[in-house]
Amino acid sequence: MELHPVQSTGPQETFVLNLGPQHPATHGVLRVKLTMDGEFIKDAVIVAGYVHREHEKMGENRPWDQFLPNTGRIDYLSAMMYTHAYVGAIERACGIEVPPRAEYVRVITSELNRISSHLVWWGAYLLDLGGMTPLLYAFDDREKILDLLEALTGARLTYCYYRVGGLAEDLNEGFVEGTRDFVKEFRPRLKMFRRLVSENIIFRKRVEGIGIIDAEMCRKYGATGPMIRGAGIPYDVRRAEPYSVYPELDFEIPVDPAADSMSRYKVRMEEMEQSLRIIEQCLDRLPDGPVMAKVPRVLKPPEGDFCYATEAARGRFEVRIVSTGKPIAHRVRLRTPCFGNLSLFEEAARGMMLADGIAMMGSLDLVIPDIDR
Amino acid sequence: MKNIFKEVVGGFYSLTVGMGITLREFFRKPVTVHYPRESLKMPERYRSHLIFTSDENGASTCIACNLCVKACPTDCIIVEGEKKEGEKRKSVTKYDLDFTRCSLCGACVEVCPTDAIVFSKRYNLAATDRQQFHIIDLCKDLEERNKKKAR
Repeated sequence: MELHPVQSTGPQETFVLNLGPQHPATHGVLRVKLTMDGEFIKDAVIVAGYVHREHEKMGENRPWDQFLPNTGRIDYLSAMMYTHAYVGAIERACGIEVPPRAEYVRVITSELNRISSHLVWWGAYLLDLGGMTPLLYAFDDREKILDLLEALTGARLTYCYYRVGGLAEDLNEGFVEGTRDFVKEFRPRLKMFRRLVSENIIFRKRVEGIGIIDAEMCRKYGATGPMIRGAGIPYDVRRAEPYSVYPELDFEIPVDPAADSMSRYKVRMEEMEQSLRIIEQCLDRLPDGPVMAKVPRVLKPPEGDFCYATEAARGRFEVRIVSTGKPIAHRVRLRTPCFGNLSLFEEAARGMMLADGIAMMGSLDLVIPDIDR
Repeated sequence: MKNIFKEVVGGFYSLTVGMGITLREFFRKPVTVHYPRESLKMPERYRSHLIFTSDENGASTCIACNLCVKACPTDCIIVEGEKKEGEKRKSVTKYDLDFTRCSLCGACVEVCPTDAIVFSKRYNLAATDRQQFHIIDLCKDLEERNKKKAR
């Protein structure tokens, strides 16, 4: 199947259609100015910035460790990986060695967070396409993860659990058993999701061949994560720039060369499976010991420029910090994945039907605060 | 022709599979709780707004050292204390928390040298007026809890 070509007959007559800022399909306050030719999108202009909160500036006017609560609020669905990147950057700058137990717990919680994030996307995407039931099934399983993480960290979304040099607290009683139970329960559920949705004829007709975003376009706009893996390129920060204990773990990077909405869907479904594998391995290897390294009370990273990237649920999240050796940062730059993933919408949506455009936008897995930050 | 037939049968089969799953889920035990009538127990580490802990006499152990004020990323704590006669340490006279600005990060609880503040487990926080959360008076809260206990 190929893209619908713009069918224009006679004199051109276009009109402007505002998608958002308050539109359920944009999952937040994002505005897209669409120039429509009948039912076809002729041009799309993205107007972002409605939830801009100056996170980067906030990083520059407070001591290093006081920025931690902010990191969970950039992308509220995968807060763990974002905090990981920030503490990782400071640890790299100060040369702090994180205890192995803390690293393993970080990976476990990050992967749990990735699953919960993908579940929200899965439910919301199908809701966009008109299926109500999958959302309820997804949230049933997501609730189990949130309960685990709530018992561990005390919050359900904005965890703020990692600290520079380790973790805020050690694992609580029952976390390991609870996670094992969840992994056991979730595998058959994932299979059920596949049978319910992935093989469903209505869903497949709706997304297969729709919204082709090839590797070249991903490269042009800096799209990462499931976007680029759904275009056939096995780029994953966990393998490309290994961090934490990922090099020791055995997992695959799911890739699908079809580059349409369905392939991005498949990649995310497969990623959940791989996350379960990672969690299982980490639970088996979880060492004993402290969860916090010796860290000076006032952090003063040495002068210089440091980067740390993590694979967040939506792609590469990178923190760049510039330190002048003072207890307050000179610059905190946050490279968020959703910005790149959204930017290509303008080009990709050209010539699509509006309904297909929405089906494509849903497959980008946008989190608006992450774009605006 | 054969293709259309195949597609219709295949499509119909995929729909019945979906319906079968939905039917099976229909007979599963509900996962929700009827909230006002029953509620879940909050986990040990649940983070809601700060409250004072108390010693055996029901007094706060806060020594008004201002460490929590310095650790707070959003400057939402105001602490005042005075040194009473015959006592080595200061004792707290005023501890106001601006809950509209608090991000519940836990920096204050971690830094407290006397473990005088902990997170409460109050999740039923609702008000018709924002003013109610501008100042949460922890000293008053402790007094009220002591009174309730005495009763």
